[in-house]
Amino acid sequence: MSIPASYYLTLSAVLFSIGGIGLLVRRNVLVMFMCVELMLNAANLAFVTFARELNDVGGQVVVFFVLVVAAAEVVVGLGIIVAIFRRRVGATADDVHVLKG
Amino acid sequence: MIHAVFLIPLFPLVGFAVLAPLGRRLGNPLAGWIATAAVAASFVVTCIVFAGLFELAPAHRSFTQTWWNWFSADRLHVTAGALVDPLSMTMAAFVTGVSTLIHLYSIGYMEHDPQFSKFFVYLNLFVASMLLLVLGSNLVMTFLGWEGVGVCSYFLIAFWFDRPSAASAGKKAMIFNRIGDAGFLLAMFLTFERTGSLQYLTIFHRLGHVGSDSLIAIALLLFLGAAGKSAQLPLYPWLADAMEGPTPISALIHAATMVTAGVYLMVRINPILHAAPAAAHVVAIVGALTAFLGATIACAQSDIKKILAYSTISQLGYMFLAVGVGAYVAAIFLMLTHAFYKALLFLGAGSVIHAMNDEQNTKAMGGLRKLMPITAVTFLIAWFSIGGIPPFSGFWSKGEVLLNAYGYSAWLYGLGALTALLTAYYLGRCYMLTFSGQARWVEARPSGDGHQVAAAGPAGEPASSPAEQKAGQPALHPHDPGWVMTLPLVVLAVASVFGGFIDLPFHPNFIFLERWLDPVVGHSLFNGHFSVATEWTFALVDAAIALLGVAIAVTLWRSAVNRPEVEPTFLQRAWYIDWGYDRLLARSSTMLAVAISAVVESKIIDGAVNGVGSLFRNSGGVLRRAQTGYVRNYALGIMAGVVVLLAYLASRAFT
Amino acid sequence: MDHLLLAATVPDALTFAVAAAISVVGALGVVLSRNPVHSALMLILTLFGVAVLFVEQDAQFLAAVQVIVYAGAIVVLFLFVIMLLGVDRQEALRSEPMPAQRWLALGLGLLALAEVILLAKGHWPTGAHSVAGKARVAGHSNTFVLGRALFTTYLFPFEITSALLVIAVVGAAVLARRPRRPESSLDEPTPEGPAFGGESLGDGGAGRALEPGGEQATDGEPIGEVLEESEGVTVVGGPEE
Repeated sequence: MSIPASYYLTLSAVLFSIGGIGLLVRRNVLVMFMCVELMLNAANLAFVTFARELNDVGGQVVVFFVLVVAAAEVVVGLGIIVAIFRRRVGATADDVHVLKG
Repeated sequence: MIHAVFLIPLFPLVGFAVLAPLGRRLGNPLAGWIATAAVAASFVVTCIVFAGLFELAPAHRSFTQTWWNWFSADRLHVTAGALVDPLSMTMAAFVTGVSTLIHLYSIGYMEHDPQFSKFFVYLNLFVASMLLLVLGSNLVMTFLGWEGVGVCSYFLIAFWFDRPSAASAGKKAMIFNRIGDAGFLLAMFLTFERTGSLQYLTIFHRLGHVGSDSLIAIALLLFLGAAGKSAQLPLYPWLADAMEGPTPISALIHAATMVTAGVYLMVRINPILHAAPAAAHVVAIVGALTAFLGATIACAQSDIKKILAYSTISQLGYMFLAVGVGAYVAAIFLMLTHAFYKALLFLGAGSVIHAMNDEQNTKAMGGLRKLMPITAVTFLIAWFSIGGIPPFSGFWSKGEVLLNAYGYSAWLYGLGALTALLTAYYLGRCYMLTFSGQARWVEARPSGDGHQVAAAGPAGEPASSPAEQKAGQPALHPHDPGWVMTLPLVVLAVASVFGGFIDLPFHPNFIFLERWLDPVVGHSLFNGHFSVATEWTFALVDAAIALLGVAIAVTLWRSAVNRPEVEPTFLQRAWYIDWGYDRLLARSSTMLAVAISAVVESKIIDGAVNGVGSLFRNSGGVLRRAQTGYVRNYALGIMAGVVVLLAYLASRAFT
Repeated sequence: MDHLLLAATVPDALTFAVAAAISVVGALGVVLSRNPVHSALMLILTLFGVAVLFVEQDAQFLAAVQVIVYAGAIVVLFLFVIMLLGVDRQEALRSEPMPAQRWLALGLGLLALAEVILLAKGHWPTGAHSVAGKARVAGHSNTFVLGRALFTTYLFPFEITSALLVIAVVGAAVLARRPRRPESSLDEPTPEGPAFGGESLGDGGAGRALEPGGEQATDGEPIGEVLEESEGVTVVGGPEE
């Protein structure tokens, strides 16, 4: 008998929370980005777990698409970061707040 | 040849289309000649079609010509086409004929106007619209022409729009006509609703299925439209103000053609009127009252064009009287002869005004007979004609109207006869003041300095800039204008003298017009068959009345200039009706508007708008603090949302 | 739950425990390490742990992709960018513009975690099966099953991802190029404020020389312009710099 799904899901939730808290707390844009990746991985883990639990390949397909989207997101996101930080001194997300109301 | 009807409105329309973009380049006087040629071509075509119609048997003289399907909506099918019958062709012939003469005259009258070509653009558009109105085979086509002539009338009244009086006169005409047009539109709606068609001939065929109340409503609503267009009570005041336009316009639009459109419409729908006697009764009474009112006002005016304007209103009243009593032939007869002598009067007045450097006050004229013989003689002919002196045309046409009125009601006849007396009198007054007596303009306008006299030819003054001339006040040398202006005078004078012979009483062989129009109006004509003796009696009475009026005018005004006892103020002020309209309608609605603008506009509407604005402004001022600009802060918001969503899911999962 | 864990076979339980520990440690390392390079390395740790868990759950293909794409490509990309921008850049921890942010974040995160764990024990409101087919088919590998689903049921989304990737590549290329000098284009505003300093004058020529083709340059023009303007605004309006 293999590991029950609730263990995986709990682990997924823990990873997700760590990522979320990190995203909210850290101010280095790159690290924030990595935290987003963490959250995506947590979600992927949950998907794979459900795929196994429900014996449905759909969950794995979704993970596949999430990987593609994550790759694209990282490419564009890092492009934006590079474009912004090429011309400013600070390295933190708080330096960009032009849209302050 | 009879199928060339479409060419009749097409020629002026082409003239308009050519002159509108190119008129300024073609210049003066070429643009005027092109416009005149377009209308003259139209006149020639009309005559050919007329002749073609004449050769047909009387029973086949009325038919509809369809050009194309204009638009359709459900049951409504409106075609563009012409209703060719003796009535419409008679109208078309006289519209194009008089228009040609007035175009020709305008070349001379407007020769110094800087907007020369624009004037002819409007004129051609007007003629095209008028012909559409006349020829239209259904109410929509007629309405198209109706609005076309209305808008041209507006353009031309306000032609010298830099004068405030002209601009406001144009607006006044527009507004009064809109009231009438509303009636016309409602009549169209009702007609379609009751008969399912707007085609004249179809409507007439289906009249039997329409209730009498609806017929009365349709007839009265159409009469409202006609009253607006033809300046009848209570919508007449605009016509007097319309004299602000150039004098050829007053002659063409506001005397001869456009204002008779109402009469034409009434005759056109004669089966409806015949089926609704109550409406016809109203038309007759309004016509008689308007005729009397206009004549009385004309007795006390001193502006030559105002006299003629009120005279026009009075004569139009006669026509409506004729329509109301069912004498449609008499109405058309009077319309035709009136077009001749009223156009002649206006053109003569135009010559005088032109020669007097835009002076319009008859009291400042006088003694022009020797200096302007052609104008004086033609004006005299017009006076005798309108006054009803035999054998001039007005005698016959007015006599027929009065005779028919007598057959309908003695009261209406009495009012009409009184008006006839006044007509002969007030035009005599106008003639005497203008052409005989002392040359009052000599002392009224002292000779200017020598160089001014040399510089200014009297007939060659720019007609458009009276202010300049008033400043300079050069000496006047009035004389008859050139041939382009006198030729129309002479032609119209001949027509005024002999125009009456197209429909002579006394013997059935002479009633050409009546027999000609018989296919159109015959079955609904009021049939007052009078004996020859009665006709002779009335003719003599009419002649006596006319001569009496002429005699009074000559006696009173041979030498006098001011006779306050016969020019009471309340007639000078036109029975205070304009004043009453101003007080009752204009002032009160202005006050209402002011009150509304003070209360509703500034308090309620502005308050609502400003309140909404400040609401968003203030709430924005508060809420903007939520926009910190920090990405992490926004992410925190997302996280809070996630927590709330999860809480909701948890609550669902465990309950 | 311990008895459940023990109920599994020992290798399974052991694998899960180790991989889970690696993942959590890596995740904590990403968040807690001060140097971004360390964060990136810790992220690799987490990704490996998750990949092991994928294998554990019969998703061998995804595990391979996870290692190749994530650890091999994405994290390397992160490291590139870190190096490009300068490793020594530090977060200015002294000045926290939002004092409540950190504690609120911690509180909300833990609350969300508690809620998810709570939900993991409860009756899930979802759970309807998709139409993709079974995950375990006798005689076929995971790669075969996943590939068949991708190229049949999910063919259209799969094709759409190609468009997404192309867009991402073009977008990255556009974002990465240097903006043109303002003088080189007619429709750009003329430099008025101090925002357009010597920078654009200095590297404008080089930037144009590096551009691969004219069409890309024109495509990317608005973004460069916007960024440059935003820079100008912040430089003027941001006193903290």
